[in-house]
Amino acid sequence: MAKDGLTEFRLIGTRPDRPDGLDKVTGRARYGADFALPGMLFGAVVRSPHAHARIVRIDTSRALALEGVKAVVTRADLPDGLEGEDWDLQENTLAGDRALYDGHAVAAVAATSRLLAEEAARLIEVDYEVLPHVIDVDDAIRPDAPVIRQGAADASVPEGMPPNVVRYMEFGHGDIEAGFAEADIVRERSYRTEAAHQGYIEPHACVGQLGADGAGEMWVCTQGQWYIRRMCAAVLGLETAQLRVTPSEIGGGFGGKTTIFMEPLSLALSRKAGGRPVKIVMSRAEVLRATGPTASASMDVRIGMKKDGTITAARAEFRMQGGAFPGAPVDMALYCAFAPYKLPAVQHIGYDVLANRPKCAAYRAPGSPMGAFAVESLLDEMCRELGIDPVEMRLTNAVREGDRASYGPTFGSIGLVEVLEAAKGHPNMAAPLGPNQGRGIASGYWFNHSGETSVSMAISEDGTAQVSVGTPDIGGSRASIALMVAERLGIPYEDVRVNVVETGALGVNEPTHGSRATFASGKAAVVAAEQAIAEMCRRAAAEWGIDAEAVEWVDGAAQPAGPNAGRFPPMTIAEIAGKMGQTGGPISGHHEGLPEGVGASFGAHVVDVEVDPETGRVTILRYVVVQDAGRAIHPAYVEGQYQGGAVQGIGWALNEEYVYDDRGRLANPAFLDYRVPVASDLPMIDTVIVEVPNPGHPYGVRGVGETGITPPLPAIANAIEDAVGVRLTHLPMSPSKVLAALKGRG
Amino acid sequence: MRYHTPTTFAEAAGIAAAAQGVTRFLAGGTDVLVQMRAGMVLPDDLIDLKKIDGVDRIDPTPEGGWRIGVAVPGIALGAHEALRADWPGVVEGMELVGSTQIQGRATLVGNLCNGSPAADSVPGLVAAGAMAEITGPDGGRVVPVADIPAGPGRTTLQPGEVISALLLPPRGTAGGDAYLRFIPRTEMDIAVVGCAVNLRCDGDTVTEASVVLGAVAPTVVSVPAASAAIIGTALDDTALGTLAEAASAACRPIDDKRGTIAFRTEVAGVLAKRAARIAHARAKGENA
Repeated sequence: MAKDGLTEFRLIGTRPDRPDGLDKVTGRARYGADFALPGMLFGAVVRSPHAHARIVRIDTSRALALEGVKAVVTRADLPDGLEGEDWDLQENTLAGDRALYDGHAVAAVAATSRLLAEEAARLIEVDYEVLPHVIDVDDAIRPDAPVIRQGAADASVPEGMPPNVVRYMEFGHGDIEAGFAEADIVRERSYRTEAAHQGYIEPHACVGQLGADGAGEMWVCTQGQWYIRRMCAAVLGLETAQLRVTPSEIGGGFGGKTTIFMEPLSLALSRKAGGRPVKIVMSRAEVLRATGPTASASMDVRIGMKKDGTITAARAEFRMQGGAFPGAPVDMALYCAFAPYKLPAVQHIGYDVLANRPKCAAYRAPGSPMGAFAVESLLDEMCRELGIDPVEMRLTNAVREGDRASYGPTFGSIGLVEVLEAAKGHPNMAAPLGPNQGRGIASGYWFNHSGETSVSMAISEDGTAQVSVGTPDIGGSRASIALMVAERLGIPYEDVRVNVVETGALGVNEPTHGSRATFASGKAAVVAAEQAIAEMCRRAAAEWGIDAEAVEWVDGAAQPAGPNAGRFPPMTIAEIAGKMGQTGGPISGHHEGLPEGVGASFGAHVVDVEVDPETGRVTILRYVVVQDAGRAIHPAYVEGQYQGGAVQGIGWALNEEYVYDDRGRLANPAFLDYRVPVASDLPMIDTVIVEVPNPGHPYGVRGVGETGITPPLPAIANAIEDAVGVRLTHLPMSPSKVLAALKGRG
Repeated sequence: MRYHTPTTFAEAAGIAAAAQGVTRFLAGGTDVLVQMRAGMVLPDDLIDLKKIDGVDRIDPTPEGGWRIGVAVPGIALGAHEALRADWPGVVEGMELVGSTQIQGRATLVGNLCNGSPAADSVPGLVAAGAMAEITGPDGGRVVPVADIPAGPGRTTLQPGEVISALLLPPRGTAGGDAYLRFIPRTEMDIAVVGCAVNLRCDGDTVTEASVVLGAVAPTVVSVPAASAAIIGTALDDTALGTLAEAASAACRPIDDKRGTIAFRTEVAGVLAKRAARIAHARAKGENA
C-alpha cells in the first residue's frame, strides 16, 4: 500500500515475484551469448597493444589463408565522410590511421569456430609506430601534452586552451566574491577520482547478420535496441529501418550498454562473409580494455560557510578525461555537485579533456559521484571544523520545492528534507562506535530522465493483457510496469505480461537509461491501458445501448456510472475480450511521446566503517541508504537499486580503479585486479524508501536507479576521517593509500 | 596441441623430456587452463597427471608425516581432519586459493609450480619444512619445497622433471603453524603480502620457529632473523616488535597494481606478528 495516507492501491507497493525470475534462476533466460543461428560464424577482434600508435600497415593475408576464415574487416571496409559523434563511434569501432588507446580495435575476423577466429586474429600482422601517450587528466590538460586529435574541440573552447581540451563550460549565479566575503570560514581542497568500470557480469555479446542488399538483423545484449540500430547504421552507412535489432536479456548495464562497441563489426563481417551471421562475444579483458568505463576526475572545490552552517558561496572547477573522444560527463558532475544545497552564489567551471584511454560511456548517474566526492567531503571537513552536525548542516541548506537549483532550474516537488529527516531518525545514527570505527554521511542527487518512449498494449481474448515496451528490463521494470497496468485495468498482476520488443515492433525508444524505464515506459503504459479501458467501456455501452460516457471502469469490469445510467450487471474484462472479435475487433492501446513530469531523486547514505590501523584496511560495518522513490511500485526492486548503487559506490570508493603501466597499457584487465566488492566484503545494506510522490507520474514514480551510487564515495571518506582522523582526497581509498595517510606518507 | 595421459610418473617424465615445444603438466588445471583461455600459454604438449595411480591420495608416512598426491584438491586437504590437526597453517594457506569451485580442483603442487611469488600455499609448506619428491628422466630426487621456486613463473625443475608428491614432516609435540595473507577484499583475491609461521613451544617459550614471507620478493622468503627474534621468548611485545622489524627488513618487494613497496614492507611485519600469535596459540593447544 502507498504510504502517503491518501491513496490506497490494490497492487502498487506489493512485492510479487518478477515475471522473468523463474527463467533467470533456472538458467533458461537467454542472454547475449546464448543466441545461435544455423551457419553462424564467430568473430574475433585484433586490438592495439599500444596506448597511442600510428598504424603503418595491416597484413591480413596469413589470416585469410587459414582454412575456415571467411572474412576480415579493417577500417577500409567502413564508409568515409562521417562527422561528429558518428565519426567518433566509427573511429572507436575500428581505428583509422592511429590507435588511440590500449585495446582499440584495429581489425576483425570471422571464422567457422571461435578458436579459429582467435587464431586468425593472431595471424593478422599490424605494424605500429608508437607515439607519445598521455593517461592522467592533469597531464593531458598540460599545454605540452601529446595531442590526441587536432580539431576535436567544439565551439565552447576559447582560443588558447591546451590542445586536449575539447569542451569548456562556465556557469553559475550570484555574486561569488561577495558570498565568500560573507563567510566565517572559506576552505578549498583538491580531489581526484580514478576511472571505474560498470563491472556488469555479462560481457558484451551479439549475433549480427547483414546481406548484400543492406538489410540486416542483430540479436544483442543492450540497454537500447534503437540506439544500437541507429549507431550501427551510421557507422556502416546503412538505412536505419533496414536493420532490425532484438535485445536479449541483459546481465547488467549500468549505462555501459547504451552505445556500440563491437556490434558493427559483426555486421560488417557478415556482409563480407556472404550474409552468414557472425557472433562476437567479448572476453572480460576486452570488456575492461575496450568498452566504456567512466571518466577520471581532478577537482578543486571552494566553499564559504557561516558558523551556523549556512553556505554563503561555492565554487567548483572540474577537469575530466573520458578517453580519446569528447564526452566526459563533466557537465553532469557540475550540475549535480551542489544540487542538494540552496546557494546564494555559485560558480562552476568544467573541462572535458582527451587522453589515451577507451571512450567513456555512461555509468550510473554519470559524473554525479565524482562531484559529490569533492563537495560532500569538503562540507564534512567544514562541519568538523565548526563543530556542526553534518545532517543539521544539510537540513539548514537543503533545497526545497520552488528553490532555484545550483545549476539553474527551479525545483518542483522534491524530497531532500524528508530524506535527511529519515536519515537523522535511523537507528544506525545512534549505534555505538568502538575504537578505530567511524561514521560518515553524505547526500547525492540525480535528475532522472524521460526521453523518447513508445509503448503498445493489447487485450487478449481471455481478458489478460500484453504490454510491449522498448526499454530492456535491467532492474525489474517488467514487474513494475505489470503492476501499474494491472492496477489500472483492475486485473491480477499475473494477468499482465510485459514484453521487451525489437525495433520493428514500436517507434523509437531511448534505452533504459536515466532511471527512466519505470517512469517513462510505465507512464506510457498506463496511458495505453486507459485507452483500452475507454474502448472496453464503449463496447459495454454499445451492448447495453447507453452512452459510453455513462460507463465507468471499476475492479476490472465496465459498469453503469450511476443509477441514472441504467441497471446492468458489471461486464468483466474477460467477457468483453471474449467477444471482441464480434464487437469491433482487437482492443488495444498505444502511447508515444516524451513523457513530461520527471521527478528528481535525492538520497542520503550513512556508513559506519572500521579501519585497521596497522594495514589500512577499511571494513564496512553498517550501511543505510535513504532515498526518495516518489512511490515504490515494487519496493523489493527499489531496495535492490538502492543496494546495488551503494555497492558500486563502495567499490569505487575503496578499491576499483583503472591502473595503467608506464607505457599506457591497462595493467588490471581482469576481475582479479579490478576489485569490485565480493559478497563477503559487505554487510546487508539497509534501505529506507522515502515516498514524496512525483506529481508528474500517475503513481508518483521518480526513478531510483542512479542516485544511490553517488553518496558512498564521500560518505566513506567522511567515515574514515571520523574513525582514524585522516582525510583521503584521492580515490580509491585502498589499504595502501589509507596506511600511507596514517603513517603520514599521504 | 598434444594431450597425454601417462599412467606413471616415469612415463610422464619421459614424455616431457622428449617434448620439443611448450610443455605443461596438468593436475587441477586452475592455472594452466586459465592461461590457455587467455592466450598467455598455448602448450604444444599437455601432460595430464590425473591418470597416475595414487595422485589423489593423502597417506601417512612411516615416519609420522604425510605424503600428499599431486592431484589432491584443496577441498580434500580441508576435509582431512588428521592432516588439518597436524598442519593447520599449510591447510589454511591452500584453502585461501580461489573460490569454492576452484578449491574442488586446485592443488598444492600446481600452486607451487605456477611459480607465483604470491602463491598462498607455498609459505606454509616452506615454514613446515615440506619436501618435494621429484621424478625425472634419470630417476628421482627429494628436495626442500623451499628450493623449487626460482622467480616469477619459474621453478628449479629441470626439463623432464615432474613433482610426484609432497612430503610433510611429522608434526611432533607442542608445535603449531599459521598462515595469514593481506588482500584488499575478503576473498577471491591474490596476496599482497603473505606470511607463514611454524613454531614449537616448551610451555610458553618458543623453542623452534620458521618465518616465511610471500609476495614480497621474486620468490617466497625464509627469514631466519625473524625466527631468531622469537626463539627463547614467550612472544612478548618486544619479541613481536623485533620479529616485525626483521620481517619487514627481509622484504624486497615491487610497486605494482596490488600494493606499494612501503605498504608491503610495513604489512609483512604486521602479518608476521599476527601469524606468530596464532601459531603460538595452536602450539599450546588453544583454539586459534
